[in-house]
Amino acid sequence: MEAVKKRMLTGNKAMAEAIDLEMERDPNVFVLGEDVGKYGGIFGSTQGLFEKFGGDRVMDTPISETAFIGAAIGAAAEGLRPITELMFVDFFGVCMDQIYNHMAKIQYMSGGNVKLPMVLMTAVGGGYNDAAQHSQTLYATFAHLPGMKVVAPSTPHDLKGMMISAIRDDNPVVFMFHKTLQGLGWMDQLDASVSHVPEEAYTVPLDKANVVREGRDVTIVGLQMTMHYALEAAEKLAREGIEAEVIDLRSLAPIDKETILESVRKTHRLIVADEDYLSYGVTAEISAIVAEEALYDLEAPVKRIAIPDVPIPYSRPLEQFVLPNADKIYREAIKLVNEE
Amino acid sequence: MALTSEKVTIPVEKLKWMYETMVKSRYFEDTMVEAYNEGKQPVFNIGAGPVPGEMHLSTGQEPAAVGICAHLQKEDTVTSPHRPHHHAIAKGVDLKRMTAEMFGKVTGLGKGKGGHMHLFDPDVKFSCGGIIAAGIPHAVGAALAAKKKGKDWVAVTFVGEGAANAGGFHESLNLAAVWKLPLIVVVEDNAYGISVSKRDSTAVESNDKRAAAYGIAGAYVANNDPLEMYRVSEEAVKRARSGAGPTIIEIETHRHLGHFQGDPELYRDMEEVPGLRKLDPIMKLRELMIVEGIATEEEIESLETTAKKEVDEAYAFARESEYPKPEEALEDVFSK
Repeated sequence: MEAVKKRMLTGNKAMAEAIDLEMERDPNVFVLGEDVGKYGGIFGSTQGLFEKFGGDRVMDTPISETAFIGAAIGAAAEGLRPITELMFVDFFGVCMDQIYNHMAKIQYMSGGNVKLPMVLMTAVGGGYNDAAQHSQTLYATFAHLPGMKVVAPSTPHDLKGMMISAIRDDNPVVFMFHKTLQGLGWMDQLDASVSHVPEEAYTVPLDKANVVREGRDVTIVGLQMTMHYALEAAEKLAREGIEAEVIDLRSLAPIDKETILESVRKTHRLIVADEDYLSYGVTAEISAIVAEEALYDLEAPVKRIAIPDVPIPYSRPLEQFVLPNADKIYREAIKLVNEE
Repeated sequence: MALTSEKVTIPVEKLKWMYETMVKSRYFEDTMVEAYNEGKQPVFNIGAGPVPGEMHLSTGQEPAAVGICAHLQKEDTVTSPHRPHHHAIAKGVDLKRMTAEMFGKVTGLGKGKGGHMHLFDPDVKFSCGGIIAAGIPHAVGAALAAKKKGKDWVAVTFVGEGAANAGGFHESLNLAAVWKLPLIVVVEDNAYGISVSKRDSTAVESNDKRAAAYGIAGAYVANNDPLEMYRVSEEAVKRARSGAGPTIIEIETHRHLGHFQGDPELYRDMEEVPGLRKLDPIMKLRELMIVEGIATEEEIESLETTAKKEVDEAYAFARESEYPKPEEALEDVFSK
């Protein structure tokens, strides 16, 4: 049999390809945001689209997030399917009213009579010393608020498939992409930021977690960087005879409880790793789900790894201290499995 | 276009200070380009080297900072955005501790927690931040505090031209006008908000025209001219100190470098930056001072030497300083 060469793409190209395909398919789809045009998105999410579709469908905006995110809401209510970009999720502060009092609530307040088929894509994550106002993930801040689907894909394959699903979904979807997983030339070069991506349009569901590694001894749930760290930790644990099951959460809202519970019922141990703040966050939510529905399946207390409740510091030793990494997960897993 | 000599009604000492400060600021940024590139060769990686993270440099934009800061005292407040070095230097921020902050050292202004976009020096009432237009209301608050305390202090906020389209600009200006606060908004028009040109983002030709919407004074400075900036700022500061309310000043200025270091700058013509560099305001002021007999070549060289020495010492201090201990990340969330 002839070897088939796999088609490999970076995260940003996978995202841009998804948008490209949907713009070709549906004339109602358009993009608006800061530097999404000629620049191709600061994190490459719209690379090549301006050249192909022009400024009427790939619209650069002023630095006016309230206006252009609000405009996306208004256009979506008219039946268009806008994709708008909040450059860094940290910038949500200037426009959160549009996002959570309007984008998230209009469908509900209208008794389902107004639909907002829009995507709010935004870059998340730290690890490159961009300090407190440019390094957050804020997964939980968005996932906490009802009325928005919130997803955080971890691989180029899922970035494409989930973006296509998000565009086709009739609900507002907050699409969080991790800067370091975009595979950009000017950031850390990670193997994880490149993967096989089929050429055609395909969808990946917006409500399903993915078991990316099967194991019997401990379940590690992560998303984006912490999922990749979990895989790295699992390899190391395997050398010690510990088989970790790794779950890529992918979707924050709705959250796929079943996949997590099924895994915990098998491994009886749970670690949740998150690049968001510890308190009231993703790790707390998943711990609560397991405590409510699978407490007696646990053989040890749940372990949470997340950013201690401090803003993200600038200096490298400080930032590395607060961020999760593979080693922290590995050490917690060893302790957890050896706990009697 | 040369700086015109008829404008030289500025006291010689002020003029020399402006020149020296522009040189200091420029040399600081030139040195930062090299420091920032360390560890990022041959492959650029934003998180590598002794100064990681985003780096927004002010090369070319010095006139905006010195023209107004020449009129300020220690008690006057300055707030600044993500591109803050020229403002900080002109306001007299501790250069050693500012540099150390960019190197992430414990001797830095924020003990390494803030980085280059988040510099706070309360001793000279300087602060900056990474969110567009966010510093404007802070300056409104400082101006309000001055008024409440019965002082003649003023608050100056620097923003890029892109910030004039953010909601915070409008809300703050209206508030400052209603309360007649001693606020001066300096809009540095460097023509781009990252890649988006002012032409494509802004409905008015220049943002000083927006002053009419708030019933306040507005002034425009063309050609990145530090002398005209000085003159216009003198009036604005006088207006603010005397209780006559806010002013918007827009200055046409030039960003010689990318939005951040590593910016491919594909959105502008390759010829643009070399053209801008020919209009270098520092070169022009130097020439003017010699032609007008304001300073001799030797005096100017002495100013340059002094400025550069201070910068070199600041970088040496930063490099020699220690990193914070990792667990210090948990400190300073709340005051004790």
